Amino acid sequence: MRIDWKTYDPGAFYDELIRSPGHARKSGRILARYLASLKNEELQQRKTAAELAIKAMGISFTVYSEAGNIDREWPFDIIPRIITETQWRSTSKGLEQRLRALNCFIHDVYNDQKILKDKVVPAELIAKSANFRNECVGMKPRFDVWAHICGTDLIRDTNGQFYVLEDNLRVPSGVSYMLENRKVTKRVFPELFENYNILPITEYTTQLFDMLAAISPRPLDYPEVVVLTPGIYNSAYFEHSFLAQRMGAELVEGGDLVVEDDCVYMRTINGLSRVDVIYRRIDDMFLDPQVFHPDSVLGVPGLMRAWLKGNVALANAPGAGVADDKVIYTYVPAMIKYYLGEEPILENVPSYLCIDEKQCKYVLENLDKLVVKPANESGGYGMLMGPQASKKEREEFARRIKANPRNYMAQPLISLSTAPVLGERGAEPRHIDLRPFILQGRDIYVTPGGLTRVAMVKGSYVVNSSQGGGSKDTWIVTEEER
Amino acid sequence: MLSRVAERIYWLGRYLERAENTARLLNVYSTLLLDLPRGAKIGWHTLVDITGSHAEFADKYQAPDERSVIRFLLSDTSNYSSILSSLSMARENARTTREIIPSEAWEQINNLYLFAKENASKGVARGPRHHLLNQIIAHCQQIAGLFAGTMSHNSGYNFIRIARSLERADMTTRIVDVGSVTLLPGLTQGVKSEQIEPFENMIWMAVLNSLSAYQMYRQHVLDRVNGEDVVTFLLQDRQFPRSVVHSLAKLESCLQALPNNGAALVEVARVQAMANDADIPLLLQQGLLAYIDALQIQIAEVHARITQTWFLPVVSGQQQSA
Repeated sequence: MRIDWKTYDPGAFYDELIRSPGHARKSGRILARYLASLKNEELQQRKTAAELAIKAMGISFTVYSEAGNIDREWPFDIIPRIITETQWRSTSKGLEQRLRALNCFIHDVYNDQKILKDKVVPAELIAKSANFRNECVGMKPRFDVWAHICGTDLIRDTNGQFYVLEDNLRVPSGVSYMLENRKVTKRVFPELFENYNILPITEYTTQLFDMLAAISPRPLDYPEVVVLTPGIYNSAYFEHSFLAQRMGAELVEGGDLVVEDDCVYMRTINGLSRVDVIYRRIDDMFLDPQVFHPDSVLGVPGLMRAWLKGNVALANAPGAGVADDKVIYTYVPAMIKYYLGEEPILENVPSYLCIDEKQCKYVLENLDKLVVKPANESGGYGMLMGPQASKKEREEFARRIKANPRNYMAQPLISLSTAPVLGERGAEPRHIDLRPFILQGRDIYVTPGGLTRVAMVKGSYVVNSSQGGGSKDTWIVTEEER
Repeated sequence: MLSRVAERIYWLGRYLERAENTARLLNVYSTLLLDLPRGAKIGWHTLVDITGSHAEFADKYQAPDERSVIRFLLSDTSNYSSILSSLSMARENARTTREIIPSEAWEQINNLYLFAKENASKGVARGPRHHLLNQIIAHCQQIAGLFAGTMSHNSGYNFIRIARSLERADMTTRIVDVGSVTLLPGLTQGVKSEQIEPFENMIWMAVLNSLSAYQMYRQHVLDRVNGEDVVTFLLQDRQFPRSVVHSLAKLESCLQALPNNGAALVEVARVQAMANDADIPLLLQQGLLAYIDALQIQIAEVHARITQTWFLPVVSGQQQSA
């Protein structure tokens, strides 16, 4: 038995490989034909080979609830996702534009607050933001950049147009899986690389290191860059270790660092050694027990003091999360116009703000059609999927929204595009999204493509790996010139 | 190099060496016990004695029969010094130092652990045991080779070698100890007098074999296998890589390359003096027990000093067993 694309039906959704049953999109023709040429046993063998490679390479993530077996193999689908370079070019420009504006916004909010004074963004939103850090007011990080590493979630609607679902400006993860997915595909489907011009992605860790080195407060040829991890029990520990290894940076835990005379040092076998740049993968509230959660053992006492004195760079800067808020998100198009004087290249998903009385009324009346999101959660937690929720759940959410309208926004259930996933009996459509990574320091860099996340359950929209989602290698493909 | 990372990589080295040594030991004893005369009181309990885990064993198993002892030392994860536990700890330490060690080495350690986890319980049966243990030994050797060939010979590599040398010296003293204890008059009682000499010979050969030392010993010592020469060879030979003196010399040279090494070197010099100055014929007459105990305590002192100098004051989250 082989894959028969004629029986593959994505329905009303935009499928990224198959336009309509039996017809592949132009960019995917070679791939679709190749997959259909393999017998099911051969496909299953490749799938098993990928699983083995992932196991042997130790590509894992951690699940909190499973005691005993703390790291789990990374779920991966072997059929790559194809996006043409033409489509990608403008998306990539849009991502750059967006991060520039977001960084202008964060810097403004902690300094002059012009955008609030001009009433483009309501001052009340900032005053009530859970991610606004008073401690950061007046801080001027190098290049005025606060969010150095951004992971923006994109989805495609039924026309295939990209929309921004959210910007992750705190500690976005997934980039290591993007890089490892490519490696696995190279092992499993080496022959496909002959027929496609695929933009390489390996440059990321070099770009990341250069960006981090550029924000060092000391003018040195070789600044000491470290990655700060909460430790081996964190769900993204694999990634922390992976990035440290690829950059040749030390992977440190809070206990390895100490602040003396407002400078940060790490404890080494040679004694204390000065640290210039910290790529921190722990949340603001755990960074420094002297300033935030006093009982946090993950952070470093005095770290904020050292940062505020300008003796160490933190990426992302504390407080950058103020713009990583699903309510602030709705103002990003306005920010782009305000700071850059440009039209937004990428569109937001249409959204309703519960803080606005009229919009809130609409939301409450249409809970069965909307997706309601809290302003400050990530990883898909605390959401209401209106159409699938029970009456009781909707009532509970209505209560929560009325109690704290600032904390909620709602979006219509936007249909995610699909792509074929290899199941036991061939290919089936599953919903996917895309998380590209954008770096900003002196310059700005966007990964070609990003991490494609897959909802492995039929019909499901939940792509988070913490909730059983999978992933795909993502190819940005240059069309042949003829 | 971070103190915490140095500590983990050190334990990685110790656990890998421990797993390999234990595999050798099981292999040799499994063969030896087939040859012993009936009535000899040496038995599987000897292996438990070597690893110093008598109490843990007695807690869980009723009698030191073959199946229980092999299970205890090979696949029982509640025993911290079983091969599977050692490999699991080695993997955990490797997983948490992946940014430092070559990724090929990590992949091999990960593979070895997955292999052992899958197959360890099969080794309880005699048939597949030999092959299984050999595979584990070969795998450990391959990993050691990968470190030597793909890792910069920097502080991290030094800590692996320090750990390996210390673990080796320690294991060698334990094996020598057992050889001498086995031959105490009480234990040979059940053996008929005409069998005593071949019996003694067999035991010392097993001691050599469990350290892969038989061949090298024969090349070096021209006389027939006898207790005095074997103990001298395993304690004092400068060239055999698993002898105590050789391991200590390696340990010393690795320590030389590290900063603030004064205190650790003093402790190493003390063990070296004890090993070099030992009057072995005299010790064999009086019984080696007290001497070996003192030697092991001094080896533990070296470990304590290494911890104090390079790993503290970082409080490590994990419990490691020395």
